[in-house]
Amino acid sequence: MAKILMKGNEAIAEAAIRAGATNYFCYPITPQTEVAEYLARRMPEVGGVFLQAESEVAVGNMLFGAASTGRRVFTSSSSPGISLMQEAMSYIAGAQLPCVILNIMRGGPGLGGILPAQSDYFQATKGGGHGDYRILCLAPSSIQEAVDLTMGAFATAEKYRNPVMIVGDGMIGQMMEPVEFPDDFDAGDPSKNEEWAATGAKGRKARIIKSLFLDPLKLEENSIVLHEKYEKMKVDEVRYERYKINSKNELMIVSYGTMARICQTAIDELEAEGISVGLFRPISLFPYPEKELRKEVDAKNIKTVLVIEMSCGQMVEDVERVVQGVKPVKFFGRTGGIVPSPEEAKEQIKNLIKKPTRAKKAAAKSTSKRKRKD
Amino acid sequence: MHTVQAEKTIFQRPESLTETVTHYCPGCTHGIIHRLVAESLDELGLRERAVGVAPVGCSVLIYNYFNCDFLEAPHGRAPALATGFKRIRNDMIVFTYQGDGDLASIGMGEIVHAANRGEKITVVFVNNAIYGMTGGQMAPTTLAGQVTTTCPHGRDTQQTGQPIRMSELLATLATPSYIERVSVHSPMHIIRAKKAVRKAFEYQKAGTCFSLVEVLSTCPTNWGMTPTDATKWLEKNLFAYYPLGCYKKPEEVG
Ligand SMILES: Cc1ncc(C[n+]2csc(CCOP(=O)(O)OP(=O)(O)O)c2C)c(N)n1
Ligand code: SF4
Repeated sequence: MAKILMKGNEAIAEAAIRAGATNYFCYPITPQTEVAEYLARRMPEVGGVFLQAESEVAVGNMLFGAASTGRRVFTSSSSPGISLMQEAMSYIAGAQLPCVILNIMRGGPGLGGILPAQSDYFQATKGGGHGDYRILCLAPSSIQEAVDLTMGAFATAEKYRNPVMIVGDGMIGQMMEPVEFPDDFDAGDPSKNEEWAATGAKGRKARIIKSLFLDPLKLEENSIVLHEKYEKMKVDEVRYERYKINSKNELMIVSYGTMARICQTAIDELEAEGISVGLFRPISLFPYPEKELRKEVDAKNIKTVLVIEMSCGQMVEDVERVVQGVKPVKFFGRTGGIVPSPEEAKEQIKNLIKKPTRAKKAAAKSTSKRKRKD
Repeated sequence: MHTVQAEKTIFQRPESLTETVTHYCPGCTHGIIHRLVAESLDELGLRERAVGVAPVGCSVLIYNYFNCDFLEAPHGRAPALATGFKRIRNDMIVFTYQGDGDLASIGMGEIVHAANRGEKITVVFVNNAIYGMTGGQMAPTTLAGQVTTTCPHGRDTQQTGQPIRMSELLATLATPSYIERVSVHSPMHIIRAKKAVRKAFEYQKAGTCFSLVEVLSTCPTNWGMTPTDATKWLEKNLFAYYPLGCYKKPEEVG
C-alpha cells in the first residue's frame, strides 16, 4: 500500500480497525479526541461498535464487558481519563482479559494542561490501579511506529490475556506524517478467544469471568499466574532501538517516544561537531529492556548516562535501577507541556562531557599537591 | 404392601440454577429473587445464551448459583459491563443483578446512562434499604430515621437527604423502558414479582427496550430482626415509601 499523510490520532484509529478491533468505547479528551471522531465515522462503515460513554469510569468497564465477548476491543484517552480507567484496568488484568488502551499523554498532575508530556510513566508501567498486576506498555516515537505497534498490540494482548497500553505524548497524536498500512500484516486470529470468552453455556459448563478469589490460596494462585505472564513478557516482549551506539560514544542518552527523536537530532548535530553520543530508546516500557540497556551502559567507553524525559524524572528511576550505580546517571527533563529542543539536549550533553580545560587541570594538580603536603 | 405410583415431578430446581448451597442468611430474600430470574430464563429458553453480571454486595457470589455464563463487575459498574457486552453480542441475553448500594450509590451514573441509552439489558435491582455485605451501613435507600451502623441514631435526612426512589427516578427518563417495583415477602407478591421479572426478559428477548425490576428485599441480619419480623417490617415501612407497581412501559413514550 502507498504511503498516505495522516494525523497520528487518526492513523492509530485506522490501525486498530485494520487489526480487526471493531469495537471502540470512548469519552472525549484533548489531545486524542480525533481518535473518537475518526472512529465515529469509520466504525459504521465496517459494521463495528462505536459508543461514547458517560465517563472514562464507564468506558473502562464497558471495555471489561466487551472484552469478555472475546472480540477485539479498544479505547483511547489522555492522562486524566486514563486515571479514571484504572479501576477497570485492575479488574481486567485480574480477570485475564485482553484489550488495548491508547494514552496520548498530556501534562499533569490534576487537570494539568493539554500539551505533550511523558508524566504518566509511573502510572503506565508500575500498575496504576490496585493489586499485583502489570500492563504491557509500548511507546512509539513516530506515527508509522504507532501504527505498527497498534496493529500488533491486539494479538499480544490476546497472547497474554492482559491489557496492552500504547503510550504516546501529545505530539504522536497531533502531528502528521506519511504512513503505510501493511496489507500483509498478520494481526493474529481472535477466534481462539472463544476458548475462554463468555459465549453462552451451550453444550459446555458455565464460565465465570472474575477477579474475586476469597480463598487466599486461590488469590495467591491467580497472582502467581499473572506474575508468570509478566516474567514471560520480560523474556519475549522486550523492544528497544539503538541509535548510533558505538565504541566512540562518550555518553549515552536514554530517552523514549518523541523525546527520543529530538535527542536523535541533537546527536546528529553533535556528530558534525565531532562529539560522539549514542541513544538507547526503550520501546517497551514494561517490560523494560533491562539486560539490553545494562549491556550498553557497561561498555568501557561510556562514562555517563543521560536520561531525557518530558517529565520531572520518572523513567530515570528504571534506568538507575538497571545501572545500579556502575556509571553516573544524570537527568534532564522539561514538563508541563514544554518539549525540550535539540539545542537544550545538546547543551546538557556538552556540559556533561566537557573536557577539563588546561587551567582547570593545572588547578586540580596544585590542589592534589597541596593535599599531599598537608 | 402398597405399589408405588409412577412419580410425577411437580417442582424442581430450575435448570438455570446450580446445586450449590447459597451463603445467604436465613430469611434473606436474595435466594427467592435468584429463583425467579432462573425460572424466567428457563421458561423463555434463554439460559444457553444468557450472561449475567454480578454486583459487589451480598450477591457477589451469584455466579456460583447460576448455571449460565457470568461476569463479575467492580462495585456499581455492572450496567457498563453489560453495555459493553451487549453492544457486541446483541444476540445474547445480558442481565445485571445489583443491590441498592451498588446501583443507587456508587453505580448511580452507570445505571442512569445505561437506562437512558436504552441498552437492551435487564436489571434486577434488589432494594433492602441497607448495605448488607459490609455489615449494615446506610444506603441511599435507607429510610428516614432507620438505624444503621453509620447512622446509629437513625438516618438524619437533614444531613443525608431523603432516600432515593430509583424506579421513579429512572421512569422520568424520556427513553422508552420497562420499570416495575415488586416485592417477594409473601407468596402472593412472589407470584407477581415473577411475572415482572419474566416480562423484563421478554422485552429484552424481543429487543424492545431497557428493563429493570426493583425488588424490595429483606435483610433480617442487618435490620436486627427475625425473618418473620423482617417481612412485617418491610410491608409496614418500605411499602409506604416505595410503592409497588409498574412505573414505565415501553409502549408509553415519556
Ligand atoms: C470500590 C468499592 N468500594 C467499597 C466496597 C465495599 N462494599 C462491598 S459491598 C458494599 C455494599 C453493598 O451493598 P448493596 O449493594 O446494598 O448490596 P447488599 O449487600 O445489601 O445485597 C460495599 C460498600 C467495594 N467492594 N468496592
Ligand atoms: S446480610 Fe442481609 S442481604 Fe446479606 S445475605 Fe444476610 S440477610 Fe441477605
